[in-house]
Amino acid sequence: MAGAGVKEIKRRIRAVKSTQQITKAMELVAAAKVRRAQDRVLAARPYARRLRAVLSRLATAAAAPQAPAEPVARGAEAQREPGNSGSRAPGADGRAPHPLMAAREVKRVGLVAVTGDRGLAGSYNANIIRRVTQRWRELEADGGPGLSLVAVGRKARDHFGKRGYPILESYVGLGEEASLAAARRVARRLMDLYLDGSLDEVRVVYTEFVSALVQYPREIRLLPVSPEAEPAPGPADEAAGVQPESEVIYEPGPEAVLARLVPRYVELLVFQVLLEAKASEHGARMTAMRSASDNAGELIEELTLDFNRARQASITKELMDIVGGAEALKQ
Amino acid sequence: MGITEREALKREQAATGPQLAVEAGEGTFRLVVVTPEREVLDQPVDSVVLPGLRGSIGVLPRHAPMVVALRPGVVKYRSGGTFRRLAIAGGFFEFAGDTATVLADAAELAGEVDPERARQALERARNRLRRPGPDVDAERARAAMERAIARLRAAERDGEREPH
Repeated sequence: MAGAGVKEIKRRIRAVKSTQQITKAMELVAAAKVRRAQDRVLAARPYARRLRAVLSRLATAAAAPQAPAEPVARGAEAQREPGNSGSRAPGADGRAPHPLMAAREVKRVGLVAVTGDRGLAGSYNANIIRRVTQRWRELEADGGPGLSLVAVGRKARDHFGKRGYPILESYVGLGEEASLAAARRVARRLMDLYLDGSLDEVRVVYTEFVSALVQYPREIRLLPVSPEAEPAPGPADEAAGVQPESEVIYEPGPEAVLARLVPRYVELLVFQVLLEAKASEHGARMTAMRSASDNAGELIEELTLDFNRARQASITKELMDIVGGAEALKQ
Repeated sequence: MGITEREALKREQAATGPQLAVEAGEGTFRLVVVTPEREVLDQPVDSVVLPGLRGSIGVLPRHAPMVVALRPGVVKYRSGGTFRRLAIAGGFFEFAGDTATVLADAAELAGEVDPERARQALERARNRLRRPGPDVDAERARAAMERAIARLRAAERDGEREPH
C-alpha cells in the first residue's frame, strides 16, 4: 500500500471505531434491559404457579366423573342450604367446565407470531419468522384447517404482511418492557376470537428465555385452555396446598370461580409469553452487539497492522529515495 | 354464603373458647399476596378479612381449605395487634395448608397508594359513568371506580390499633 493508502486506512479505522462505540453502547443498554426483564420473568412465577395449581385442581375436579360416594351425596344435596348448591363440580356431566376449555373440531387455527419491533438483535426475529413459516407449511400440507396469523411485533407484521399472509390482528409498539396491560389487550382479543368461533385453536410461537445467552423458539397452544400448557417450566408445586377436591370450599361456587379463573389464566399465559419474548430479545441484542463489538475490535487490529505496515513501507521508500539520491550525487 | 368477619370470629371463639388467648403464639398463619408483576407481601398474620364477591370473608388460623373469588376492595390483615390494609383490584384467595395466598390482578400496600392519584382516578371514572356514550365502557368504568375507592379506603384507614 502506497502513500495514499495510509490515509485511506486511517479513515477506515476511524469509521470502524465509531461503529464500535455504537455497538458497545447498545450492548450495555441491552445488558441492563435483559437483567430487568429477567427479574420480571422471575417475579411473575409465584403468581403463575399458584394460579395454575388452583386452576388445574378445579379443572381436574370438573372433568372427573362424580365421585363414587355421590349417590349418597346426591340425596344430601337437596337438603343442603340453598347457597351451598354450587359445591358440585362444574361440568361433571361431561361438558367442558368452561367455554375456553371446550375443544371443538379445528377448522380455523390462529398462529400468533411474537417478534420484536426492532432489528439488530441477531437471529432473534428471523428465528421466529422461520419457525412460523415452517409451521404454516406443515399445517397447510395437512390440508386441514384454515390459517390466519396474529402478528405481535413490527417485524412479524412487516414480514408476513409483505408476503400476503392473512393477518387477522397485529400489535406493534407494545413497548420495551412487556406490560400487563398490553398482555391483557392481546389475550382478551384472542379469547373473543375463540369464543365467537372465528378461531378454533390458537397457537403461539415465541422465544423462550433460558439465559441472556441462550434462547430458543417455542410453541404453545393457548386456546382451548389446558392447565398443563405452561410457558416456563417452573419448579414443581409444593406438595402442601394440594388438597383432595372434596375438602375445598369454593366461594361463591366452583363454576363462578372457574369462570373468573380461566380468563385470568389466559391473560397470564400471554403476559408470560411477552415477558419471555422481551427478555430473549434483549438477550439476543446484547449477544449480537457484543460480537459486533468484538468483530470491530479485530478489524481495527488488522487495519492498524496494515496501517503500520504501509507507514513503514512509505518511510522505507523515502529513505531509499534519499539514499539513492545521495549515491547519485557521489558519482 | 358470605361468612362475615364477625360470624367467623364468633364461630372460632365458640369452638376454642377462652383458650384463644393462651394459644396466641400458635395463632398465626402465613399471608402471601402476589400479582403477575411482583410479590407484594409475605408475612405471618393473626387474621385476614377479604373482599369476597358476595361479601367480606374473615379467615383465622386452621381454616378449612378454600378458594374465594375476590372483587376490587381492601384486604385487611391483623399482625401483632395492628390492622394493616392493602388495596386489590380483584383476584382470588386460596387457603391451603397453613398458607393464605391472595392472587391479585393488581395490589398496592396502603403505604404505596398515592391518594391524590387515586382521587383523580375516581373522579375520571365517575365522570365517565355520569355521561354514558358509545365510547364509554360502563363496566370498565365501574371497575375503575371500585379500584380507586379500594385504594383510597386502604390508604385512609391503615395502621389502626385494635379496638379493645
